[in-house]
Amino acid sequence: MTSLAAAKSAPRAVRFNAAVVLMFAVLALVPLAAAFGPESYVLGLVTRVMVFAIAALAVDLLCGFGGLVTFGHAAFVGLGAYTVAIAGAHGVTDMTITLPLALAVSAAFAYVTGTICLRTSGVYFIMITLAFGQMAYFIAGSLAPYGGDDGITLPARSTLFGFAVFGSDRALYYATLGFLLASYLLCRAVVYSRFGRVFRGARENSTRMATIGFDVFRFQRVGYVIAGCLGGLAGFLLANATEFVSPAYMSWQRSGELIIMVLFGGLGTLHGAIVGAASYLLLEEGLAGLTENWKLVFGPMLVLIVLFARGGLVGLAASIKARFSRE
Amino acid sequence: MNNKLLMSVATAALLVASGAQAQEKLKIGVVTTLSGPAAVLGQQLRNGLQLAIKDNGGKLGGREVELIVQDDELKPDVAVSKAKALVDRDKVDFVVGPIFSNILVAIMKPVTESGAFLISPNAGTSNFAGKDCNPNFFVTSYQNDQNHEVMGKYAQDAGFKKVFIMAPNYPAGKDSLAGFKRFYKGELADEVYVPLNQLDYSAELSRIQASGADAVFVFLPGGMGVNFVKQFRQAGLADKVKFLSAFTVDESTLPAQKEAALGFFGGANWAPDLDNPQNKKFVAGYEKEYGGAIPATYAFQAYDAGLLIDGALKATGGKTDNKDALRAAMMKAPFTSLRGKFKFGNNHYPIQDFYQVKVVQVGDKFATSIDKKVFTDYQDPHAKDCPMK
Amino acid sequence: MSLTLLLVQTLNGLQFGVLLFLIAAGLTLVFGVMDFINLAHGVQYMLGAYLAVMFYALTGSFVLALILALAAALAFGLLLEFTVFRHLYDRDHLEQVIATFGIIIFLNQGVKTVWGAAPLNLPIPDALAGVVQIMPGLTYPVWRLVIIASGLVVALILYVLVSRTRVGMLVRAGATHARIVSALGVDIRRLFMIVFGFGTMLAAFAGVMIAPILSVEPGMGDSVLILAFVVIVIGGIGSMRGAFIAALLIGLVDTLGRSFMIDILRLVMPPSPARTVGPALASMLIYVLMALVLYFRPAGLFPAKGRS
Repeated sequence: MTSLAAAKSAPRAVRFNAAVVLMFAVLALVPLAAAFGPESYVLGLVTRVMVFAIAALAVDLLCGFGGLVTFGHAAFVGLGAYTVAIAGAHGVTDMTITLPLALAVSAAFAYVTGTICLRTSGVYFIMITLAFGQMAYFIAGSLAPYGGDDGITLPARSTLFGFAVFGSDRALYYATLGFLLASYLLCRAVVYSRFGRVFRGARENSTRMATIGFDVFRFQRVGYVIAGCLGGLAGFLLANATEFVSPAYMSWQRSGELIIMVLFGGLGTLHGAIVGAASYLLLEEGLAGLTENWKLVFGPMLVLIVLFARGGLVGLAASIKARFSRE
Repeated sequence: MNNKLLMSVATAALLVASGAQAQEKLKIGVVTTLSGPAAVLGQQLRNGLQLAIKDNGGKLGGREVELIVQDDELKPDVAVSKAKALVDRDKVDFVVGPIFSNILVAIMKPVTESGAFLISPNAGTSNFAGKDCNPNFFVTSYQNDQNHEVMGKYAQDAGFKKVFIMAPNYPAGKDSLAGFKRFYKGELADEVYVPLNQLDYSAELSRIQASGADAVFVFLPGGMGVNFVKQFRQAGLADKVKFLSAFTVDESTLPAQKEAALGFFGGANWAPDLDNPQNKKFVAGYEKEYGGAIPATYAFQAYDAGLLIDGALKATGGKTDNKDALRAAMMKAPFTSLRGKFKFGNNHYPIQDFYQVKVVQVGDKFATSIDKKVFTDYQDPHAKDCPMK
Repeated sequence: MSLTLLLVQTLNGLQFGVLLFLIAAGLTLVFGVMDFINLAHGVQYMLGAYLAVMFYALTGSFVLALILALAAALAFGLLLEFTVFRHLYDRDHLEQVIATFGIIIFLNQGVKTVWGAAPLNLPIPDALAGVVQIMPGLTYPVWRLVIIASGLVVALILYVLVSRTRVGMLVRAGATHARIVSALGVDIRRLFMIVFGFGTMLAAFAGVMIAPILSVEPGMGDSVLILAFVVIVIGGIGSMRGAFIAALLIGLVDTLGRSFMIDILRLVMPPSPARTVGPALASMLIYVLMALVLYFRPAGLFPAKGRS
């Protein structure tokens, strides 16, 4: 029902290209440059960007490739973050336990809610994912022993076999970069696999896919669980980056922001999600530094991007490139 | 001769040093909420601090001030990022803020661990007053429970028989009702927690009516308070049931509540008509500077935060590098607070008087007015859990 | 928990439901006819309230303020339609969501810049400010009854318009077979403009009617928007009848849940945890309801005919 015209050329756009390699190279070099400036601030900011990029990748996988517009993905980020915080409150900080636990919790939530949500499609899917997101949000807010609505401070960042491997901002930065790269490669692999073809095909025409003999529902559910795990991973990292966890991480506004990031960068391109997360958060940071009324600029920018830059920033870059190469 | 030379070299060095110190601007960061419905509170905070700097000729402690204001958007993770920007990129010596407790909990670690001082002109959670108290954290407002305790004490003393108490279902709401019950020992008609940001209170109003309560005590900050107060008056309950509250009727919400809140009670550490010269000057100055708006507690507490920085820096000669000396200077609360008497307890929370305030009409505007002093030199009950001396 | 209280809370629930219907009606109309997700519906509701406050300050009359606010909101809505929305009708839902979200951000900040961040007040007209006795010892505000009445009138007008008039026929046809209607020589663009303008006025009307009981503040449309979406999704998108029934259902479930959840929980658990779990469960209730409805009826209670 929702025809995602902008994403039609997706598989071609996912091809490894110089831009993607350059993007990761720049991310790898940021800490070297940051050492000359306000290091902790720059590293913190870019770590935040990469964390949201992981969550945005998950949303892109669902929206851009599966045609499943999820409006509750912040719940998975929150679940991952709360797993770290709650385990931490009980003295468990080792990531050999907390990370698999965070992924398992997100996967379980995705499996159960996915089973229910995937019965619907289109706008109804948007709203039912929102419903589950809101339920998770209210449950987190009612966890009085873990700070309730105020949230809870982590006693310390996660450890590995007892070592404080996230002790420095730089270590956390590179770990996040590693996770981002792994997530990106995973998504690529998923999209290109036989599974990915069916998953994408279901977006174009789920009846046809079913006719060929695929159990579309199960394919979509696996996709939903993968995206849920990526959300949980982002939550695990977000909790470590901010050393604080709050129900606000699960609000519907946050889910909306994730969708906007993906659209901002370019739907159905994977690296667009990373570009989108970076440009959205850096723009927010930059504009907010300029004027208190930055939203008067930011709002119309979103409208203009939709009206004039179909395919997001990545699409814009591609069309500019195409124009130049034609001349 | 040698001695003389030495003397003059030393003097010159001192002059150079102090000159450098004087030239360098004092950087103060502000973390406050400037977007969303709560922006009105955040603006009061920022305005109050700006006014304190302006009234001091643009200087605090003899140093020119550069104020860097950051909007936390009421999102804890955004606040952490903004707070890190302040202490790490901008290298501020003080961070003033925030409005909300959940933001305070989030930015506490990044700010205080960087060595900067965090001064809260509003949020004062119980954990930071008690076992998690922090040497680099000062509060110029109150401990969150206290305004509710004021109302509990008042309800007890006034001899209400049956009180209906209500707050939003979040930690501050639970602290609120616990604070009220610490002093009110009479019968409770009911104890109700509503979802945060509820719009329509007709169900609760029917329950109040049916319960036969002779008073209600509510903690419904911001828009919730506006909605409830209007609906309470419209339901015709205002003439039958006494209205006690905390953070529900104040100068930030009264422009929307107007006549509906007339005669309603609140618990507070200050009101615009508190009778002392410095406060009169502040209120008049604020109204003049910000388009006739009457300041609320958020503005006055931020103003006091500015005065605290000013007084402490005067005591250290404008220097901020020796944190221990600066902390010792701040502990002495070397300023004349707009509320009159003011000193810090061992947990860096204020020891101060509290009042029962009442909503009155002033010209065509509405404001709270001091009705009765309820507590004198009152310290929060959590201070004893704080290991700091 | 007495019978009287139960009756009163049921009335409160219906009242809240009608209030939700007022907000959701315009949304489901625009969505149903134009297949257009208008997230900006919430800020148009907010704008209606703000305009009414402004015109009330100028004229001192509630009725005049209502009329002027509706006119101004319509003018502004058509301006938005002309500059932005018109170009989004044939885009997919996701793009509509982002563009209209941009408008939310802009207008929330815009009203703050124009009218200030402090909440504002719109008083009830004096004649309707009192209370009526509905049961011994229990009174009810007259304005709430006015809201109920206006919600029912709006429902009736919409019903007559959509099912009994020529424009309504075009609207129904346009909702399911836009291309055919267009091929038959109907100016579908003009039809959409009319529908959108009407939707805008409905949003503004809801804003003006509800402003006297709520705080008029920036962002007041955001929480209401989500509630309105829950209503139209449960009802079946595009179905006016569905929206009406879903609104009443949600109003009842939410109000009764809030009122009696703790009492119900007390039957199965000790009072103290019941007091903490109750409110959390109560605020989740409408989402649980939505998930349940969609699980059993994936296209809402009353799926509009001819749509998948």
